Amino acid sequence: MTHLVPLPVVMPLLGAALTLLLLGRPRAQRWVSLTVLTATVGVAAALLVKSSVDGPLVVEVGGWAAPLGIVLVADQLAALMLVVSAAVTLCVLVYSIGQGMADGNEETPLSVYHPTYLVLTAGVCNAFLSGDLFNLYVGFEILLVASYVLLTLGSTETRIRAGTTYVVVSLLSSVIFLVAIGLVYASTGTLNLAQLVDRLDALPDDLRLLLQGMLLLAFGIKAAVFPLSAWLPDSYPTAPAPVTAVFAGLLTKVGVYAIIRTETLLFPGGRTATLLLVTAVLTMVVGILGAVAQSDIKRLLSFTLISHIGYMLFGVGLTSALGLSAAIFYVVHHITIQTTLFLAAGLVERRGGSTTMDRLGGLARLSPLLAILFFVPALNLAGIPPFSGFLGKLGLVQAGIDDGGVLAWILVAGGLLTSLLTLYAVARVWNLAFWRAPHPEMPDSDEAAQAARVEGAVQPQQPLPNGHSGAVLPKLMIAPTVALVVFGLVLTVVAGPLFELSTDAADDLLRRTPYVDAVFPGGTP
Amino acid sequence: MTPNLTYVIVIGVLVAAGVTLLLERSLTRVLMGVILLGNGANLLLLTGGRAGGPPIVGTTPQEEMSDPLPQAMILTAIVITLGMTAFLLALAYRSWHLNGHDEVQDDVEDRRIMDLAERDEVPDDDVDGDDDDDDETEAGAERTLAGTVDSGRAG
Repeated sequence: MTHLVPLPVVMPLLGAALTLLLLGRPRAQRWVSLTVLTATVGVAAALLVKSSVDGPLVVEVGGWAAPLGIVLVADQLAALMLVVSAAVTLCVLVYSIGQGMADGNEETPLSVYHPTYLVLTAGVCNAFLSGDLFNLYVGFEILLVASYVLLTLGSTETRIRAGTTYVVVSLLSSVIFLVAIGLVYASTGTLNLAQLVDRLDALPDDLRLLLQGMLLLAFGIKAAVFPLSAWLPDSYPTAPAPVTAVFAGLLTKVGVYAIIRTETLLFPGGRTATLLLVTAVLTMVVGILGAVAQSDIKRLLSFTLISHIGYMLFGVGLTSALGLSAAIFYVVHHITIQTTLFLAAGLVERRGGSTTMDRLGGLARLSPLLAILFFVPALNLAGIPPFSGFLGKLGLVQAGIDDGGVLAWILVAGGLLTSLLTLYAVARVWNLAFWRAPHPEMPDSDEAAQAARVEGAVQPQQPLPNGHSGAVLPKLMIAPTVALVVFGLVLTVVAGPLFELSTDAADDLLRRTPYVDAVFPGGTP
Repeated sequence: MTPNLTYVIVIGVLVAAGVTLLLERSLTRVLMGVILLGNGANLLLLTGGRAGGPPIVGTTPQEEMSDPLPQAMILTAIVITLGMTAFLLALAYRSWHLNGHDEVQDDVEDRRIMDLAERDEVPDDDVDGDDDDDDETEAGAERTLAGTVDSGRAG
């Protein structure tokens, strides 16, 4: 079974090469991308089952033995992340294909879209599977470089402006990460995560704290933790809807995953727990206050994204098994829900011609299906029972109360306040865009909106090329959004087993030995 | 290798100059900053491994070999920096094409707050400020014009 482990990285990379060769043949490109991502979902699911039964799966890349060669490790946490992210990327791919078929290639997807998208997937999978600090860096770089291209697709003025900030900030975080890697290697002589476990424990305390701080800083920028999060709401909303959706779902979560991995495996003991908890509460509260002040749906959702990263840090900072498992559960929930909301926002933009709430209204009556597609995940995000958002927050609050410290209580209060303000923010979107009377400038039927698109009265600002319907809500865009809404509901239904799984994963993380033993069955060299 | 002072100073200067340039507004300078920072980080990686002869079996006794791993990592990092340099250059060029300059612009939110702040100000208080504004607008217009002419030529 271990030969399955490298596939989530290898298949998308090969697919990217193939789609590059098929430039100018969009139909073939679509089939290649779809096949590759569907296969990735299957492999990821198989890895999850196998790693829950038999413990972590390890592959020594190229057959070189562990401390010298690079290892890929699929433990439960990595496999769970793989399954969710592969499923989400597949849905977003279908959505973007639907959008491309309705509108032509003017806006998205350009011919370079498919290869870049697959490279992004490969980077994300590589980051999850990596058992080596430098390979983790390479995974980050792969996904970041792909994200630069996707963010500046079409290179319009706003995208260039937003892309500049995004690229420079990401480059800075990569340099910090690289310096941290240099220091780790200089002080321990290895970068293999399993081998680092013992060697880092042997280092003097202040040196360890320095290394831990630098890695946290680098991952904190990528995860958009509060003082380091200003780049996110500025850059994400300008990208095409499917790109924003997949970024919002995956990229920040890769940062969170890296924080979970390093905090538990390399630096246990919670020496930065106070720092994590303080930044967690600041991220939650400042982020959601930003969301409340927005008048554009995409920007508002970007701020809720930052805010809810705080919940995951909350769970990591508690350093208890319950806190960690709730954090893992929350990551799974949030990847799904945040992506769904951005896809729904993309549909709102098509139907209403804008995502500014001042210019929207009456969508609940004009397009009931769209209203449901927004309403269900919105309530889920806010944590209304019985949805998975509620269960995740319940787990975190429970873990906070169990901890009992003053800071933990402050976080519980902050978490509940954030939940309430999230409800306020999404309820505002609901009231303004869906519930009130239709805005006079809005097309009053799907056909009118479609005609406006074909004539170029709304984006993409020019008449569509022949042969494209300009359909406002094409089936291929609706279907993946529905699928993700349903997936979010399924997370609620299977919350019991899923929570057991995340508890198992958290236990393994906290014990550390399952990971190390899997990489070095004969003892650490 | 054992870190010697020259080495550490060179790394320090590279990183300091890189960070200073990174804080500039012009994307070309930011790019220079990124390159310097990247080189500083690469040199730092190099100090992490043992120095010695070429690590090839048969040419150097095993105890005298240098550590090849940092060098391999630096190669990877150099390739990544190269790709990023090309991408940033393209970004700067495109920005110059569109706006006539390659300056990193303010965030949407910042501009909104600045607009609000300007509206709150009493006009009489800020005669000088207004003049500055006018100059900038003119300069901006000129630059845009130059950009259009050049891009016309390029097209």
